[in-house]
Amino acid sequence: MGFFDRLKQSLAKTRDSLAGKVESLLKFSTKIDEDTLEELEEILITADIGVDTTEKLISRLREKVKAEKIKSPEELKEALKNEIINVFPEPKFDIIPPAIILIVGVNGVGKTTTIGKLAYKFKSKGKKVILAAADTFRAAATEQLSIWGQRVGVDVIKHQEGSDPASVLFDAIQAGKARRADIIICDTAGRLHTKKNLMEELKKLYRVSEKEYPEARISSLLVLDATTGQNAIAQARIFKEAVNISGIILTKLDGTAKGGVAVAIASELNLPVLFVGVGEGVDDLQEFDPNAFVDAIF
Amino acid sequence: MAFEALTQKLEAVFKKLRGKGKLTEADVKQAMREVKLALLEADVNYKVVKDFIQRVTERAVGQEVMESLTPAQQVIKIVNDELTRLMGSKESRLNFSPSKVTVIMMVGLQGSGKTTTAGKLGLYLSKKGRRPLLVAADIYRPAAIKQLQVVGEKIGLPVFTMGEQNPVNISRAALEYASRHNNDVVIIDTAGRLHIDDELMQELINIKDAVNPDEILLVVDSMTGQDAVNVAEAFHNKLQLTGLILTKLDGDTRGGAALSIKAVTGCPIKFVGMGEKLTDLEPFYPERMASRILGMGDVLSLIEKATAAIDHNKARELEEKIRKEDFTLNDFLEQLKQVRKMGSLDQILNMIPGFSPQKLQGVEFNEKELVHIEAIINSMTKEERLNPSIINGSRRRRIAMGSGTSVQDVNRLLRQFEQTKKMMKQLSELEKGKKKGRFKLPFFNL
Ligand SMILES: Nc1nc2c(ncn2[C@@H]2O[C@H](COP(=O)(O)OP(=O)(O)OP(=O)(O)O)[C@@H](O)[C@H]2O)c(=O)[nH]1
Ligand SMILES: [Mg+2]
Repeated sequence: MGFFDRLKQSLAKTRDSLAGKVESLLKFSTKIDEDTLEELEEILITADIGVDTTEKLISRLREKVKAEKIKSPEELKEALKNEIINVFPEPKFDIIPPAIILIVGVNGVGKTTTIGKLAYKFKSKGKKVILAAADTFRAAATEQLSIWGQRVGVDVIKHQEGSDPASVLFDAIQAGKARRADIIICDTAGRLHTKKNLMEELKKLYRVSEKEYPEARISSLLVLDATTGQNAIAQARIFKEAVNISGIILTKLDGTAKGGVAVAIASELNLPVLFVGVGEGVDDLQEFDPNAFVDAIF
Repeated sequence: MAFEALTQKLEAVFKKLRGKGKLTEADVKQAMREVKLALLEADVNYKVVKDFIQRVTERAVGQEVMESLTPAQQVIKIVNDELTRLMGSKESRLNFSPSKVTVIMMVGLQGSGKTTTAGKLGLYLSKKGRRPLLVAADIYRPAAIKQLQVVGEKIGLPVFTMGEQNPVNISRAALEYASRHNNDVVIIDTAGRLHIDDELMQELINIKDAVNPDEILLVVDSMTGQDAVNVAEAFHNKLQLTGLILTKLDGDTRGGAALSIKAVTGCPIKFVGMGEKLTDLEPFYPERMASRILGMGDVLSLIEKATAAIDHNKARELEEKIRKEDFTLNDFLEQLKQVRKMGSLDQILNMIPGFSPQKLQGVEFNEKELVHIEAIINSMTKEERLNPSIINGSRRRRIAMGSGTSVQDVNRLLRQFEQTKKMMKQLSELEKGKKKGRFKLPFFNL
């Protein structure tokens, strides 16, 4: 058998759900040994939690095993779950109108779609929402947001493709004041965190918000695609530096990716996950539930 | 940093090895742990890493430690060779239909970059003398059709649309349209979908059956993590992919997904997306990707670009100056102009081994800044250019006035100059460490 075939076969074998794996692993091992820990390690890494955070979690687990005399695999699993849940900081995100929310992230993670869902959520709670189409770069981005605006029934402030994003936001703020909107949600063009000038452009949007609407509470939310690997940590770090991210929205959790990198981000940058995206429909946005999230990893 | 980090770790592992003739299993095992961590950090799939490490271990144990290389470098070489081999030993090209219209189908998850890549591929092919037709078959995402139309207009290519009808019918009609309108390539932009969405996966199978594509290309975000293998396998099982395109490689992701996907599907990576501009599509070179995954930087690409863009005599002059440490602001300006010829600075900096863009804050420039820089340097006296340390506060104000910039701009330039100097020194040291001639950088190699 060739190398690829062997590889394919072994991959097929491990494709069984992680839950099953942990279950059987824990059921059949009567005592907790290094192998058990190593297999837990594999589960964490396969969920994109990353080498560093995984090692941290496992070493804390080791201490716990000793300190609390954990014997049964069931207890071990619970202990690990708790370790992970404890990594997430308490989300502090309440909307006190008037509010401006900047939605930021790299290309294609689901910013625009998430804005549609958020607008729907806020509107359902009786809030008046205005959307700012400040992605003036990507082809038809404004049209995309406008369609969401129509779907949800909220106003969208837009300019032409290629115009200055800050001036779109400026107009949205004026409109927000005039129409007494509670929340202005600003769509931004997808950008890689490594592009310095584009990050500067983003900072400018933040500054415009502060300057033009000092009464408003400004927050920036980072949208992360759950299929992203370790690069998401760099994304979160740099976006946080640029526009003071207050939380993460983890999208595409309806796929098979676990989004474990959010654990690494919480651990390294102390950023909470606020919402998760679980589909392309208008109500496919849920509040983050650490328990459910961790259960999905196992 | 990563390459140096890995090299350093391996060197530490092999320190006690000096003088030994052969690599033993224990030596190699220790080293492989570091390699394994490096690969996992790069998002290579866990299983793929395991198999890979086993394979490399077998090859490395018992190897003579060659005199010219340190054991660490030798192991890296084996690792790099194996990675390259795994990723496909040579670059792979598109299949064209010999007699009729060539059909290319773009598939992938949501947000992977299909629409932009369809446009890039169209432009690439039209530059090669083909006459592509873009087909808008994403009827689900709001404004996806419009997006492709705008892209088509930008690059001057026709876009076939039929509103939000069944994508199978759209594809079939597009093929007919192409035959009638003398288009020899059809590029179908399908909607992003999850690999576990049976209904939408069936739609792709139906399109495939209807138009019998010559290429079915999976578009993959290069930042994808461990799940990449599940996604690629599912698409491959359903559609028998002919190749892959990796997108968003202009960021700082190590791109381990490339390796994982190649390993499980066996499909060649045909192109990589290197930026948001529609010209930012490049053929894929396996050995460069191997270096990148290991964190070695895309040295080869850099060399190629540098060779194409750099005036060799000037480069040699600069080398000489740096060595003698009389690199001045005049040279700095000259150098910036040369570097600009190689492409965007972001792209170039990403290719330099051991330099993550975050580390280089303050050494990036854009076109406008370059104009400023030129003005600032031109406003300096000869003496100031040769010896920037004399530029005190009042001189800074004068220079700012003279160049129509601000004192902050002048400060920033001076800082950038210092950093560049430092960076080049480091690079030149890095180069020395690698033994002469190993990675010859005509420009940065100083
Ligand atoms: N399955 C799934 N798809 C999603 C989710 N969120 C967004 N998407 C899809 O992902 C794709 C990209 O979403 P967009 O909202 O356009 O992403 P964006 O970040 O605004 O993209 P750019 O503006 O191009 O950077 C679309 O096809 C969305 O329908 C989610 O939670 N689950
Ligand atoms: Mg968008």
